[in-house]
Amino acid sequence: MPTSGSGDYHPGPVAIQPGGHGDPHAVHHPKLQHHFDDMAQQAEASTLGMWVFLVTEIMFFGGLFMAYIVYRYASPLGFEEASHELNLYLGAINTAVLICSSLTMALAVRAAQTNQSRGTQVGFLLVTMLFGFGFLGIKAYEYWEKFHVGHVPGPYFVWDGQYPHAAEQFYSLYFAMTGLHALHMIVGISIMTYITIMAWRRTYDAEYYTPVEVAGLYWHFVDIVWIFLFPLLYLIGGHY
Amino acid sequence: MSGHVAPKGLYYTIFAALIFGTFLTVVVAKIDLGSFNNIAMLAIACAKASLVVLFFMHVKWSSRLTWVVVCSGVFWLLIMFSLTMSDYMSRGWVPGTWK
Repeated sequence: MPTSGSGDYHPGPVAIQPGGHGDPHAVHHPKLQHHFDDMAQQAEASTLGMWVFLVTEIMFFGGLFMAYIVYRYASPLGFEEASHELNLYLGAINTAVLICSSLTMALAVRAAQTNQSRGTQVGFLLVTMLFGFGFLGIKAYEYWEKFHVGHVPGPYFVWDGQYPHAAEQFYSLYFAMTGLHALHMIVGISIMTYITIMAWRRTYDAEYYTPVEVAGLYWHFVDIVWIFLFPLLYLIGGHY
Repeated sequence: MSGHVAPKGLYYTIFAALIFGTFLTVVVAKIDLGSFNNIAMLAIACAKASLVVLFFMHVKWSSRLTWVVVCSGVFWLLIMFSLTMSDYMSRGWVPGTWK
């Protein structure tokens, strides 16, 4: 094929799939983009892409978890002492709140999958966001309390226990890990706002719900990070 | 489309299991099991995460390629943890090396 560089590239005859994009008589979903064969392939590509992104997110949080392991290995008793100052019940309630939000998220995807009304879809999405805000509210209260008693690392860090240095390391990691997680919650709520608006505009149906599905993957991932943060930060050592 | 529609009841069951797991973690933290406490709470967390990944994130019904991507993420995370800790935990084993 001679390429002149003039931009006039005429591809040779290509195999036209009946009902596919080459077929002039094809009736396809308006959301099917021209470089995909069908809706299933388009959905698979998006979902896989989201999973590749989530793997990078695993490594992103993984760095913090690695730091946590190294410093906890260096001062196990100090971490135990520092962890006891966290409110175990607020942490457990927040875990439950996020699990509830994951349930409503899964039901929101299902509502789109099963062609349910936009009211049902939007309802589940709004409840999911509401749980997200609830989580952030409880987290904000916990942060406020830590500032109040002086457990924030830095020049004003106050610790009357046996291991002030390790406790400061623990709270550095606590704020970094929960802070990055809270940032992900805020991003998640922003994504859900967009998805909710699009759902209200009747964008999603049984044929095309990939954006809800992919946003849901992100939401569930953030839930999983908290599932690990809760025991690692709140439940170290004896609470007996 | 190819997406698998899971029955609502399955989602409620997974939800109940996750809440039970959270409850169990808190209960286990209240019982003195020595170093087994850490193992127990991490085992419960891994079980909960697996339930979320398999059912809420639909990996159970996803393509083989998705499985490979998910597993490789976890695998590389474990490589990072094990290689880093094999360094930190073995420091000072050889006389004269830095502890």
